[in-house]
Amino acid sequence: MEKQRYERPIIKKLETGMPNKFGMRTEYAPMTQIDGVSVKELIKEYGSPLFVISESTIRSTIKKAKKAFTTRYPKVQFAWSYKTNYLDAVCKVFHQEGSWAEVVSGFEYKKAIANGVSGKKIIFNGPDKSEDDLRMAIENESLIHIDHLDELYTILELTDVINKRPKVAIRVNMDTGIYPMWDRFGFNYENGQAWDALNKIMRSGKLELMGLHSHIGTFMLSASAYAVAASKLADLAIGIEQKYNHTIKYIDMGGGFASKNTLKGSYLPGFDVTPSFDDFAEAITTTLLNSNFKNSELPTLILETGRALIDEAGYLLGSVVANKRTSSGKRNTIIDVGVNILFTSFWYDHKITPAQPFTHYTETTQIYGPLCMNIDVIRENIDLPLLNKGDHFVIHTVGAYNMTQWMQFITLRPNVVMIDSNSKVHLIRERESMETFSSLEKVPEHLKKFEL
Amino acid sequence: MRINKNIAISDMGFVFNPVNGESYSVNPIGVEIINLLKEDKSYEEIKATILNNYSTDETTFEKDYFDFTNLLLHLNLTETEDEKNN
Amino acid sequence: MKKTINIAVSGLNAIDSPGPGISVIRGLRDATSFDVRIIGLSYESLEPGIYMHDVVDKTYQVPYPTAGTEALMARLEYIHEKEHLDVIIPNFDAELYSFMKLEGELKKMGIHMFLPTMQQFEERHKVNLPEFGKKYDILVPDSKNIFGTNELYTLTNEFTYPMVIKGKYYDAGIAYNVEQAKSYFNKLSAKWGLPIVVQQFVHGTEYNVTGLGDGNGNTIAAVPMRKQYITDKGKAWGGISIDDKKMLEITHNFVSKTKWRGGFELELMKGQDNHYYLMEINPRMPAWIYLAVGVGQNIPEALVNLALGEKVEPFKDYIKGKMFVRYAWDMIVDIEEFQAISTIGEL
Repeated sequence: MEKQRYERPIIKKLETGMPNKFGMRTEYAPMTQIDGVSVKELIKEYGSPLFVISESTIRSTIKKAKKAFTTRYPKVQFAWSYKTNYLDAVCKVFHQEGSWAEVVSGFEYKKAIANGVSGKKIIFNGPDKSEDDLRMAIENESLIHIDHLDELYTILELTDVINKRPKVAIRVNMDTGIYPMWDRFGFNYENGQAWDALNKIMRSGKLELMGLHSHIGTFMLSASAYAVAASKLADLAIGIEQKYNHTIKYIDMGGGFASKNTLKGSYLPGFDVTPSFDDFAEAITTTLLNSNFKNSELPTLILETGRALIDEAGYLLGSVVANKRTSSGKRNTIIDVGVNILFTSFWYDHKITPAQPFTHYTETTQIYGPLCMNIDVIRENIDLPLLNKGDHFVIHTVGAYNMTQWMQFITLRPNVVMIDSNSKVHLIRERESMETFSSLEKVPEHLKKFEL
Repeated sequence: MRINKNIAISDMGFVFNPVNGESYSVNPIGVEIINLLKEDKSYEEIKATILNNYSTDETTFEKDYFDFTNLLLHLNLTETEDEKNN
Repeated sequence: MKKTINIAVSGLNAIDSPGPGISVIRGLRDATSFDVRIIGLSYESLEPGIYMHDVVDKTYQVPYPTAGTEALMARLEYIHEKEHLDVIIPNFDAELYSFMKLEGELKKMGIHMFLPTMQQFEERHKVNLPEFGKKYDILVPDSKNIFGTNELYTLTNEFTYPMVIKGKYYDAGIAYNVEQAKSYFNKLSAKWGLPIVVQQFVHGTEYNVTGLGDGNGNTIAAVPMRKQYITDKGKAWGGISIDDKKMLEITHNFVSKTKWRGGFELELMKGQDNHYYLMEINPRMPAWIYLAVGVGQNIPEALVNLALGEKVEPFKDYIKGKMFVRYAWDMIVDIEEFQAISTIGEL
């Protein structure tokens, strides 16, 4: 006779007035495979923890986003936000899907060039562009989005030594009725800074004013603020048209679309409340189409959304290290995934699914990472099925920011694999080793020897 | 260790303690262990039964068993020494 | 012979701060146009309705809205398989969003609801009340959303104390000076997040209207009520139907302009200036809905008929001066029943 699957015995007080297990029963179905590849096999082959990226999810998500905008507006261009996930393989999937590159540092800029993106299709954002960065961007005819007047003056000085007309836009910040208002980047709309900067650009005669850019916030759960932003940018564009008879080529609405993650403290889960691409597209395109652009001069709509395009394509697989109890009797589970590689657990309640069959019995559990640090908490309170030591699990919706903001802290960064549309697994970033770090370090001669 | 005689446990895993009015929910393997304890089975006997029926190893079960029985004690579901002597 | 309709109803918490479920069911059982089998949907194992077998035929536990619509849908599919539901009447504010999201899918399964549209639901949210008032030309107290305590100091240009400081979803406090306002701000923002709604306090008497809109701008039912006794939780423990033409006019205006679909309750304040201010719109039937049934407007019955696509004629009249007096009742329940609902989730 085959033995039954073991599960540890549990006893739970029935708390009337508290959610019981039926509330959670269907939250969990085991996730034994991703895109046709067994989770167990992936961990066996590539180790635990392991980041997994689904190529087909990326492609279907960007297609969905493009469709939402192109069915409503004639000229649409996506630009992949490098900082969200700049693993080369990920960037290239987006470039194959037609996305330009949106970068915010010299490092990211060079990465985009190395990935084969033409300079003309790189949008260079951010408050810190060095003179060398700007020189490179001007030479390559990239689109430079100016953040402050000091940057504008540096570019004007560079035009004396470079025989090319820099292609620029300005970043505009504004009150769109959302809180907090991001007014640290770019030039303010309401107090006239933006209009002032545009006049300086036009009157210099040395720069090619290509577009207008805004990025109103992050993890936006309401689409309507984008309509406000679009109408203010359209006003500026029409102002320039009237005053200088100069047509703006594009309006860049930035990013900030929320992904399906659940923010900590949110009552309803993220996948129920996040606006769809259609909601965002409707708000933005309706505003642009209703504004006073002449039909022939309708600007291209550029979108730099990052998080909403990649978050769901990323999974983090891991294993249970141990189960224990606190002094008050509360259940703790320690896993081999820490906040050093899952940075986003500071603000999301990530969904976690066991990777093997289990019953509907759960225990209220606090999930800790493996770091010897008190802040290493992945979930503070989760009704988790009964996992045994060594069991595997899948953490969902981790594709954005984790693979760029991760830290080498206490442990090394793990392998990252991509599963292609034919269920073939590719290693796209190798795990770090002792050599990765010893090769960077130098020990002064007099510190090399010691006796204990 | 002995489970209090007046503790009622149903097949569905519903445990009611008539002394203090508390009720609990127990998973199937927990029900099995409580029933074995009610039959005055020793740890060795219980371990043999579980290892025979479930795919687990001795160390895992030992750890989980003592965690579980500690909770039963903590929840006042087991007899104290005094009650045993009566 | 009348046909029997299977109706699932939530809000079975007939406690001191009651959900509307039991009153709604009583209306349905009084219906003359159909017979019913009532399926209770409960969240907690001590909701009294679970144990009221002459009111609720069978109860199923359902997942909390926090578990998401996917979990709710899976549970409803299971219940539908056993009970062949015709209509669902959700009665909790917190669950309405999830049910509205699922309305299309449930319809495909042959399950009907009669809920406000997402736009109506969002527009009437207290955070949006000033715009709502402006858009539909309905008098609402002045209010403003604020994001920081520093904004409290500049409010005196637009508002005078006392002011009502309200949490985004629930809770409120009346502040008589800026220190109190600050203290409420901190307490409420910690609990419900931002923004905090600051509303001009309106001195006056509170009145309520419950009604039903057909979604095309017609008011099918409307019954105004004056609370006679209010519990320490602010709930009516007794009330009386009143004959107030002005309130009915406000109600008809609200329904025709918003094309409100479904049951609702308007909370109105008659100010010392004799104007009625709309304080809040609850997008569902209230717990005192059985008073409407008692005075001749069976709103639950009409709502079910609308949900099923029947033509429903508006009620023309109601009995004025009829009262409701609420009472509490201790049921005797076997522990086996509690065991069943808490372990298998059905009773």
